[in-house]
Amino acid sequence: MTAATGIGARVLRTEDKRFLTGTGRYVDDLPLARATYAYFLRSPHAHAKIKSIDISAAAKMPGVVNIFTGKDLVDAKVGGLICGWTVKDKHGEPHKAPAHPVMAVDTVRYVGDTVAMIVANSHDEAKDAAEAIKVDYDVKPATIDLATALGKGAAEVHPEAPGNLIYDWEIGVKADVDAAFATAAHVTKLDLVNNRLIPNAMEPRAAAADYDKGTGNYTLWSTSQNPHVLRLILSAFVLGIPEHKLRVIAPDVGGGFGSKIFCYADETMVCWAASRVGRPIKWTAERSESFQTDCHGRDHVTHAELALDKDGKFLALKVETIANMGAYLSTFSTAVPTYLYATLLAGQYTTPLIYANVKAALTHTAPVDAYRGAGRPEATFVIESIVSKAAAEMKIDAAELRRKNFIPSTAFPYQTPVALQYDSGNYPPIIDEAMKIADYKGFEARRAEAKSRGKLRGIGFSSYIEACGLAPSQVVGSLGAGVGQWESAQIKFNPTGNVQVLTGAHSHGQGHETTFAQLIHDKLGVPMDQIEIIHGDTATTPFGMGSYGSRSLAVGGSAIMKAADKVIAKGKKIAAHLMEASVADVEFENGVFKVAGTDKNVPLGQVIFAAYVPHNYPHADTEPGMDENAFYDPANFVYPAGTQICELEIDPETGTTEIVAFTAIDDFGNIINPMIVEGQVHGGIVQGVGQALFEAAVYDNSTGQLISGSFMDYTMPRADNFPSFKLGYKVTPCPHNPLGVKGCGEAGAIASPAAVMNAVHNALAPVGVKHVEMPATPLNVWQSIQGAQRQAAE
Amino acid sequence: MTISVAMTVNGKSVSGKVEARTLLVQFLREHLGMTGTHVGCDTSQCGACVVHVDGQSVKSCTILAVQAEGAKVLTIEGLAESADKLHPMQEAFRENHALQCGFCTPGMVMSAIDMVKRHNYQLDEATVRRELEGNLCRCTGYHNIVKAILAAAPAMKSAGV
Repeated sequence: MTAATGIGARVLRTEDKRFLTGTGRYVDDLPLARATYAYFLRSPHAHAKIKSIDISAAAKMPGVVNIFTGKDLVDAKVGGLICGWTVKDKHGEPHKAPAHPVMAVDTVRYVGDTVAMIVANSHDEAKDAAEAIKVDYDVKPATIDLATALGKGAAEVHPEAPGNLIYDWEIGVKADVDAAFATAAHVTKLDLVNNRLIPNAMEPRAAAADYDKGTGNYTLWSTSQNPHVLRLILSAFVLGIPEHKLRVIAPDVGGGFGSKIFCYADETMVCWAASRVGRPIKWTAERSESFQTDCHGRDHVTHAELALDKDGKFLALKVETIANMGAYLSTFSTAVPTYLYATLLAGQYTTPLIYANVKAALTHTAPVDAYRGAGRPEATFVIESIVSKAAAEMKIDAAELRRKNFIPSTAFPYQTPVALQYDSGNYPPIIDEAMKIADYKGFEARRAEAKSRGKLRGIGFSSYIEACGLAPSQVVGSLGAGVGQWESAQIKFNPTGNVQVLTGAHSHGQGHETTFAQLIHDKLGVPMDQIEIIHGDTATTPFGMGSYGSRSLAVGGSAIMKAADKVIAKGKKIAAHLMEASVADVEFENGVFKVAGTDKNVPLGQVIFAAYVPHNYPHADTEPGMDENAFYDPANFVYPAGTQICELEIDPETGTTEIVAFTAIDDFGNIINPMIVEGQVHGGIVQGVGQALFEAAVYDNSTGQLISGSFMDYTMPRADNFPSFKLGYKVTPCPHNPLGVKGCGEAGAIASPAAVMNAVHNALAPVGVKHVEMPATPLNVWQSIQGAQRQAAE
Repeated sequence: MTISVAMTVNGKSVSGKVEARTLLVQFLREHLGMTGTHVGCDTSQCGACVVHVDGQSVKSCTILAVQAEGAKVLTIEGLAESADKLHPMQEAFRENHALQCGFCTPGMVMSAIDMVKRHNYQLDEATVRRELEGNLCRCTGYHNIVKAILAAAPAMKSAGV
């Protein structure tokens, strides 16, 4: 191990070279001999009965190989897609679970619902043929608007869920919270909408499949964040292909952000049809399809109230949320607005009493599921918005009010009133550092200077906490998860001393091939170029849960460390034999086994060689070979925390917002590769700012058409929307995993919407604006200013 | 009906028969098997498909293969001098961690090289950010891409590329 390449070093990424030279291998890049190409005909209506589907003309089109409809799946007894997390409502009843056919049979329920699959010799021929399919629809009224989805008269999405209610769930004791509110000196109330987002990983979802008639084996290549879980779902619930006859490969994947966790209709169809077509099938979503059919994120309507005493201490928090599920329950959708949302409502604060009620509603829109942060950005937005609003109302400095209510560093482990036990943290130094870097003291002078230029300048805080590193299996099991949440690792040395490390985690941009190699390099002393990290193939890697919820390092990295401990333990036995010493006297350091207190030593490479060529070997109690497995199930979640400060200027003439400075100080525990961590924070901040200022998935409330259905209509954050960011760290190591690490993948996106919107409200307060919803587009801001001016004039 | 098309890609003469509607990016990826150039959208917004055509950066999803008849096309695969010697822009992207999932990267790099040349190797942060309007990245937040391009400009100048 060297300081330049071990834990804590800014090691340049191993994977970059292939990505920079055009030799990455994404699903759509696969050369498959004799491949056919699939195209999906999708519903143009939000809600309609399918009276008939006529494929006769399309079947005769040039190049068409096969056409499949929902009826073919019914005939083949294919199962429906599943929701893998059972949430029990406030009466203890499991959530409503409407059927989710892989392709629509008699009803379409959102624009983009899958109606037919056309397989042809080329993509263009498949697409041409899709236009020749005649579907006779009986268009029905649709429920699009979340705010009215649970109201009387809303069109029903599924008969299994009367009134469109999936569950009415609660956490906390309402009577206790109400009693605390009765004693409050001040109550701050807030109504907000957490805007619906479309993930838009730059690589569209894709799938390819091949069926080997001789062996009966299927291979599915998918843009998946968790190939083992995808295989499990397809095998056990949907297609019935035995797990050992289905190989799922997720090769290079171009970003996920949650949207590639789930089991989707199209990849299921590609896999199923491969054996029927008898040739490989390739499918890659067009961006328009990604917009319509990738699971969307967020989409809450919330009312919150915070009770404070006269000094600004938080007494209680009450939150009511309606969460949009879309038209079908996606793989983890039910958990997002409950266990990943309401359990985070304590934030960084000692709020002693919290009650949250969440109603999950169906609408005739694309399914909604986890998207970068998944529930935690929504929780942080509620807390950090209402805290800043309370500070403004009570005329207490926003930082001061936060500091007054922070959980003290001496209180860890800290049991919140909403189930979680925070393991570690120290919040005051984080906000202090953020304020120093952001020059908070100088803000009023900068605001005055901006005013002299006709600009409204504002500053906003967001002090977030998240629970990630998903997750202790027993805990998530007791809450309804259908799977465990451990992670696996295998360290497989070759006789010549180089090593392959197989992980159940999956990298789709996070740089595991570098970070995980640093762990091995640091722990075992193997040179970086002798280490290969392998992921994403169910045939080669041990069963694992994949990557999401900032879990790869905290859980997958910990599994690697555990396996490395086994390598060292076995190596000591072999080394002791080679050095004719007692095992108890053997130490391992920097890649060398030594007999304590002597100059006897044997390098790891020699031990590995002996393990594979065991001529002189402790055969009595040691097996040959060096191939160690570990499974790591965490004892708790990890709890990264931090403070972001956003400073921005608004032009009141145009409503345009310019972010002039953005500071983020985070506690991610120990850091393995700061370069990669900073990259994660940058990307997260921009996704969160995107939500605050630019992005919104907009459906037409009368027709259910997705109006923001392309990059021309859905505003993606661009480079000139941002300044360079100022980052910093404070470290409290995680006490319960071997690396002391927390997670960094989602933090930026969790915290930044509130930082931006608090700054927007701070900037607009002098002109009388009370509330602006996300995204704070120029039109939205300008109209808010005009509205406030009209009100002032009346 | 197919049409014959011939062009130079990364210094090699190539030809093929394409449909009139075949895009340059389809010709590169599907006919030549050069999958380094990516497709991230269908509205010419994302820039993942940027290549150079006769020295100018072009979104290869926005021109037909037949429009590149006789042209000199440079793609991400043709950029590095050798397996060990990356182009200074590629090197700067690596050194500054300007890529994560790598999907937008080919287009980013090709756009960035064109940008540096058009600005005669002299760029400031605001210019780089403005010039990146045709390239989307969902991973990096652009921060390190901007750093990489600013670092690459003088490196390209001194390398004479």
